[in-house]
Amino acid sequence: MNIGLLGQYVINGMMLGMMYALVAVGFSLFFGVLDVIQFSHGDVVTGGAFAGLAVYLAVSRTIESPLLLLAAALIGAAASMAVLGALIGRGLVLPLRSAPALNTLLLTLMVGTVLREGIRLFFPNGSQPQRFPALLGARALGIGSFTLRLDNVLLLGMGTLLIAGMHLLIARTRLGLAIRAVAQDEETARTSGIPFNRVVLLTFAIGSVLSAFAGVMHGLYYNEINFGMGLLLGAIGFSAAVIGGLGNLYGAILGGFLFAGLQTVGAVALPLPSAYKDVFAFGVVIVLMAWRPTGLIGERASERV
Amino acid sequence: MEERSGSFGRFAALGLATAVATTLAAFLSIESDRGILTLLLIIGAGAFAAGRTGILRPWFRQAVEHQRTTGIGLLLSTVALCIVFRDDHFSLFLIGRVLLIILACLGLHLEFGSAGVVNFAGAAFFGVGGYTAAVLNAHSQMPHLLVLGAGGVASALIGSLLLLPLLRTRGHYAALITIAFGLLFRTFVEVNDSLGGPQGLKLDGLRILGWRFNDQLAIGPLHASFYANYVLLAVALLSLAFALVQRLEGSWIGLALDAIRLDEIAAATFGFEIARWKILAFTLGNFLIGVAGALSAFMVGFLAPNNFTFPESLTLVSIVLLGGIGNPWGVALAAFIVVLLPEKLQILQEYRYLLYASLVILILRFRPAGLIPRALRRYFGQPA
Repeated sequence: MNIGLLGQYVINGMMLGMMYALVAVGFSLFFGVLDVIQFSHGDVVTGGAFAGLAVYLAVSRTIESPLLLLAAALIGAAASMAVLGALIGRGLVLPLRSAPALNTLLLTLMVGTVLREGIRLFFPNGSQPQRFPALLGARALGIGSFTLRLDNVLLLGMGTLLIAGMHLLIARTRLGLAIRAVAQDEETARTSGIPFNRVVLLTFAIGSVLSAFAGVMHGLYYNEINFGMGLLLGAIGFSAAVIGGLGNLYGAILGGFLFAGLQTVGAVALPLPSAYKDVFAFGVVIVLMAWRPTGLIGERASERV
Repeated sequence: MEERSGSFGRFAALGLATAVATTLAAFLSIESDRGILTLLLIIGAGAFAAGRTGILRPWFRQAVEHQRTTGIGLLLSTVALCIVFRDDHFSLFLIGRVLLIILACLGLHLEFGSAGVVNFAGAAFFGVGGYTAAVLNAHSQMPHLLVLGAGGVASALIGSLLLLPLLRTRGHYAALITIAFGLLFRTFVEVNDSLGGPQGLKLDGLRILGWRFNDQLAIGPLHASFYANYVLLAVALLSLAFALVQRLEGSWIGLALDAIRLDEIAAATFGFEIARWKILAFTLGNFLIGVAGALSAFMVGFLAPNNFTFPESLTLVSIVLLGGIGNPWGVALAAFIVVLLPEKLQILQEYRYLLYASLVILILRFRPAGLIPRALRRYFGQPA
């Protein structure tokens, strides 16, 4: 294998890893504040992509500049998914807090199904894959056998900025402090005057904004989106968050890139047809769980009785 | 007094079974959407009125009290349905399908209704049974009764690969393992060419001891669609599985499973061996799912990866939950609703996943114990 091809695989793997990491961070955030898995998160990603596309279709007649169009699509996707995420949190997840974990998991899985089917049935021609416009241009840099697409670089940069921003938000701001406090101990946080419900809903909104960005990114990268893409993205994001260690942001990012790495290795380096890459990646996830039952950067707390 | 309550009980049990069968017969024989909707309205209104006035409560209590009679009544009713719909392929196929789904859901019921081991890969284990049956059917001379068993065993064996990670993890982490397995299985059968790839596999008809299931069933002057064969076998298997599940539930094994589901740590301090009971429940559950999958593959005559997707697994889980986790009767009721309704109401076909999902959301939000909640375990004989 030559260097150019290797570089191509690395770039593709990093793109996938960035998307997975953005989704996984959401899972980890929700688990941190509420100890629940919000499984419809994957379909919120789809929702973000479709919202972005809808905004694009709505304003592309009046606005010419691709940059403004991109900004409009991103803002539309982020705002609508923030509202959707907070609504799911308010209406469905918070009321079920005292129910068994299985109920919450199943409920959110079903919310995901509703979102997915809603897009399939009610988006115009939604059961077919939709073309996503290449808003970042198609310019590419050729270095020998290695072509570096400019939009990939921009997307990677955007993802890195988002993750860095997320880190700053959690580590440096008052809101981040509140989120961490709620994640650590809800009751103490409440007695210190932290508005629990508001922090939880804001967390849901923030996580959903990240997933909306991931959705638009997915559209820009593949130039195509479809109603069912969130199912696999959600499962992968959840896997990534879990192998990293639930509730740990950096674990989620690590898990995202690890999963993308596994897929790339499964597609390229194994003596199997590349179609087996997901079989390989999920197989490794199961083995990893057997080895480190609470993830690579696991929760250290033991169970209280 | 004792004597009279006994005979009333049996009468009530048989009466309810007949009522259920009659409703079902009406449901299957109505063709138009409007007719079905009217029937549903009548049933809904009847159930509401009965719930409000409590008229039927003693009947239900007796039916629960005399479970065996109720079961035999339902068994006979199914045979009667086979006779009534003897040349209606589609209705018999639907009955067979519901019975096999109930069988698979009984497996799930053992797993997370009893022992609390989550399994979000029900459709995948169903598929393992089906694909095993298809491969053995095509490449070996194994007697078909054994092939059905082999489907179950294969499913249990593949499930046992997941046991190590499942026993080490819990809650969400355990859920992920089964979800990952479900996705893995689906992708695997889709890309594996020797298993037919996306096109899937075809199966010949089932043959047991010279009984050819794909020929018309003929008993004396009565002739019936070949699906009647499958329905009869399915109902026999289901009865066995039901008896097994009820026996387990009533025994000290059921008690151990209950203890583990409710509180693992407390159960462990009382000396229950958690791993052993979880292994038992998971393996036995997957065995049942696998057998159901194998027979279903024979009945449909065809297998494709698209029948074993994650949404299908979710449908199975929602049946168990909708019926009331831990109550096999509820599972049966929910299976009828979830499987039959969209098949009969053509307008719903397109919207069926949306419908299931919304229904489950509403149930979880407002009636989390399900349609027929789990009854409290009774330790001492008859209630006063």
